[in-house]
Amino acid sequence: MRIFFDPEVLAAAWPGVRSGIGVTLGLALTSIAAGVALGLVLATIRALIRGAPLRPVGGLIAAYADVFRAMPPLVLLVVLYFAAPFAGIELSGFMAAFVALGLVLGASAEEIFWAGITSVNRGQWEAALSTGLSRGEAFRRVVLPQAVRLTIPPLTNRAIATGKNTALASVVAVPEVLNQAASVQAQTASPAPLLLAAGVYVALFLPLVRIGRWLETRFHIR
Amino acid sequence: MSEFFQTFLNPGVMAESSGLLLRGLWVTIQACLIVVPGGLLSGAGLALAQTLAPAWGARSLSWGVDVVRAFPPLVLLVLIVHGLPFLGIEPPPLLGVGIALTINTSTYYGEILRAGILSIEPTQWEAARSTGLGTAATLRHVILPQGVRNVLPDLAGNTLEAVKLTSLASVVALPDLLRMARVAQGVHFNPSPLILAALLYLALLWPLVRLIRRLGGRAVLPA
Repeated sequence: MRIFFDPEVLAAAWPGVRSGIGVTLGLALTSIAAGVALGLVLATIRALIRGAPLRPVGGLIAAYADVFRAMPPLVLLVVLYFAAPFAGIELSGFMAAFVALGLVLGASAEEIFWAGITSVNRGQWEAALSTGLSRGEAFRRVVLPQAVRLTIPPLTNRAIATGKNTALASVVAVPEVLNQAASVQAQTASPAPLLLAAGVYVALFLPLVRIGRWLETRFHIR
Repeated sequence: MSEFFQTFLNPGVMAESSGLLLRGLWVTIQACLIVVPGGLLSGAGLALAQTLAPAWGARSLSWGVDVVRAFPPLVLLVLIVHGLPFLGIEPPPLLGVGIALTINTSTYYGEILRAGILSIEPTQWEAARSTGLGTAATLRHVILPQGVRNVLPDLAGNTLEAVKLTSLASVVALPDLLRMARVAQGVHFNPSPLILAALLYLALLWPLVRLIRRLGGRAVLPA
């Protein structure tokens, strides 16, 4: 048992893992912000062009959501990091992970916002337009606030999943928690650094998972 | 443009690496054949345990489930595949991957099935029990058939996630589709195998995405 909690190895691993926490959080927060913003923008475009001659754009957005739902995030990351340089696009590991996680979350977020928007009763649109609001105003002031309420629990869950997926960045040498722990593990041939990393992830994400569960029951979304 | 095709969709490279990729695809399919049924079965076990256990038991199970969910799947995978040998247990690589990913995905299948069971009104239980059925028979003949139908789209959605999860196996050197694509890329110094692998994943999973939409699946599953 001692080998799993070897204090010397744990002490040697801690500085790296601690600096990894910063990288993990930085990558998580930037990808979540970018993904949610992307999803909101796309869903808004799709909502505002309904019925207009720009309809194919809506189809394109739906296709984007489908493709990135079908694509494993790790495959996307590996393509961005190892194939894109052949097209002259050299992304750092961090940037590749940021783009991959942002695109994947963007696709889910678009779906979530879109589902929220379409669940708002048509009568709300009509009533808002009849008071003289423009389409854009009706969307921003009447439809979106009602839609967003419904999106909070699933969006929280997707954001947590994105945070956990930052561990994939270890594959492209981003010095986040898992990567730092794995490199000490390789030097010391001890499993203790991995357990340390596991402890860090549980400490970071267990509260969030509990909050996500609470939100699901709180908002009665099934 | 033709240069683009020569680089990313090179027919020669694709033809030469197709053997490797097909072998990788077979490993990916084998991993799916372990993880999906394994996750469903252990998820069903979890859901039944949570339904039948007394309140304190169900509460501790839900904490256990959440601790497993707090792990990024890749961390769980690396921990089990690289950690078990230190305990003197060395499962074959495919089995190690299968165990780790099954543990992860069973927590989601479990929650979905539990939601299915909870979606059935208590009067159904009462009516079934009053006809003389026992708890097990009530679950089997009355509650589960209706409950599972109610969560079919979510079960399909989680199956999609489970299949996507198997790509992580490449990180612990299991020669799956993604791993073989990387190997072929190294051999030919050309990214076409990687693009081909990505297209294969799409071909495999796009129909599933469409099916989930047809079933009216929720866009998004719990984290």
